[in-house]
Amino acid sequence: MSTILVSTRKGLFVVEGAAKQARITRTAFVGDNVTLARADRRDGSWYAVLDHGHFGVKLHRSDDRGATWVEVAIPTYPPKPEGFADKDMWGKDREWATKGIWALEPALDAAGALWCGTMPGGLFRSNDRGQSWQLIEALWNHPTRVKWNGGGADHAAIHSICVDPRDPRSVVVAVSSGGVWRTRDAGASWTAHTKGMVAGYVPPEQADWPENQDPHCVVQSPSAPHVFWCQHHMGIWRSTDDLASWQQLHAEPSSFGFPVAVHPREPDTAWFIPAHSDQKRAPITGEVVVTRTRDGGKTFQILREGLPQQHAYDLVFRHALSIADDGDQLAFGSSTGNLWVTANQGDVWHSVANHLPPIYAVRYT
Amino acid sequence: MTAVVFTQNLKRHVDCPDMEVVGETVREVLERVFAEHPKLRGYVVDERGVLRKHMSIFIDGRQIADREELSDPVLPGSEVYVMQALSGGA
Repeated sequence: MSTILVSTRKGLFVVEGAAKQARITRTAFVGDNVTLARADRRDGSWYAVLDHGHFGVKLHRSDDRGATWVEVAIPTYPPKPEGFADKDMWGKDREWATKGIWALEPALDAAGALWCGTMPGGLFRSNDRGQSWQLIEALWNHPTRVKWNGGGADHAAIHSICVDPRDPRSVVVAVSSGGVWRTRDAGASWTAHTKGMVAGYVPPEQADWPENQDPHCVVQSPSAPHVFWCQHHMGIWRSTDDLASWQQLHAEPSSFGFPVAVHPREPDTAWFIPAHSDQKRAPITGEVVVTRTRDGGKTFQILREGLPQQHAYDLVFRHALSIADDGDQLAFGSSTGNLWVTANQGDVWHSVANHLPPIYAVRYT
Repeated sequence: MTAVVFTQNLKRHVDCPDMEVVGETVREVLERVFAEHPKLRGYVVDERGVLRKHMSIFIDGRQIADREELSDPVLPGSEVYVMQALSGGA
C-alpha cells in the first residue's frame, strides 16, 4: 500500500492508497505549521519538522507510523566567535541560530544516522535518530559560506541532500542560494560542483561563481549515480559525468520551477512542474501541467490529463513532488492546497484533496 | 519569590506550569524554570539564549528592555509573564 506524508501550513496529512483509491486516512499536528515530513525506511520511523514561528523550529519522531510522536532535538549552532565577520546581504550580523530545517535525509553509513540541512546554511549530522546533532564544521567554515544568501527566504538553506548509493560517505548538498557541494569523506572536506551553471541575477562576471548558483532542487539517479538532475532558478540542468559539469536543458512550456523527481531505475526519465517564470510564479495561462522527459532532456512531454486547465494558480514548492519506488506512482501538492497522484508516470492524474492548507512537502514513505 | 506565568499557547506544546522561583534577573528566573522543565528552554529562547523574535516577557506589566542578555531586574513578589507577541505569521 502506498503511503504519502503531506506536510502543510496547518498540519500533517497521511494519504494511503494509489490513484483513484488514494485517501487521507490520518492527521497529526492539526493547526501547526509542518514544513517537512519523511520516513526513514531503514527502521520505519517517521520524522516531522514543525515551525511554530513564535516558539521556533521543532523536530518530532514517530516509531508507530504516526500514531504517537515524541519531540527530539533540533540542530543548534555553536556560538559565533568574537569578531568573526559574517554579515548577511543587508550588512547585518548573521545570527548563528537555527531558523529552519529544509532537508532531512538518512545517512546510509550508520543505523539511525541522519543528515539535516538548515537555515542559515548549516549541515548537521545525528548518529542517534535525532536525539543530538553535530554541525559539519568543514562546510560551515568554508570560505565561500559567508557569501551564501537566501533565495526567496532571508536565510541561505540547504534543501537537497543526495547520499551516494555507491558510497554513503559521499554526499552532495545543494543550497539556495549557495551552489552545489560534495564531500567524499563524510563531511570532512567539500568541493563545489557547479561548472556549466549560470546565474542571471548577478553581474555577468560573477555568473559562474559557485556560491552564486541557486539550485532549487537537486536529485541523484539511484540506478545511475553519475547522473544528477537540477531544477535551478535559471532553468533545468543535468550532469551525466558525476558532477564534473552540468548541461542546460530546455523544456516547454517553461523551464522555471522548483521540484524535480528522477525515476528510480531510468536515469533519463525525470519530472518537473513548471511555473511561468521567476517574475510570475504561477502556471502559464492558469493551466497546471507536469513536464516529463524520457530521453535525458532532449524532449519533454507536457502532462495535463486530470489537472485543472483553467484559472488554476497552484505553485508547487521544491519538496512537494515525490516518486514512489515503483517508478510509476508520483504525487505532488500545491501552494493552494491541491494534492494529485498518478499511477502511470503522470499520463493521468487523480485529485486527492482540494482544500488542504498550503502544501510544503510530499513524500512517499 | 517571583511568580512566572506562561501563555496558554505555549502550554499546548510543552509542559510549563506556572511557578514560583527565586532570581534577581529575568535570566536567573528563567534558568530556574528551565532547570525544572528543560524542554521549555528552546521554546522561549534560541541556542544563543536570546528571546525568540516573536515572544515577549513582562515584569509587573512592563515589557523587558533587554531581549538578548535578559538582564532586566526582578524583585521578590514580582510577576513575570512569558507571552507570545502579536506579531508573526498566519
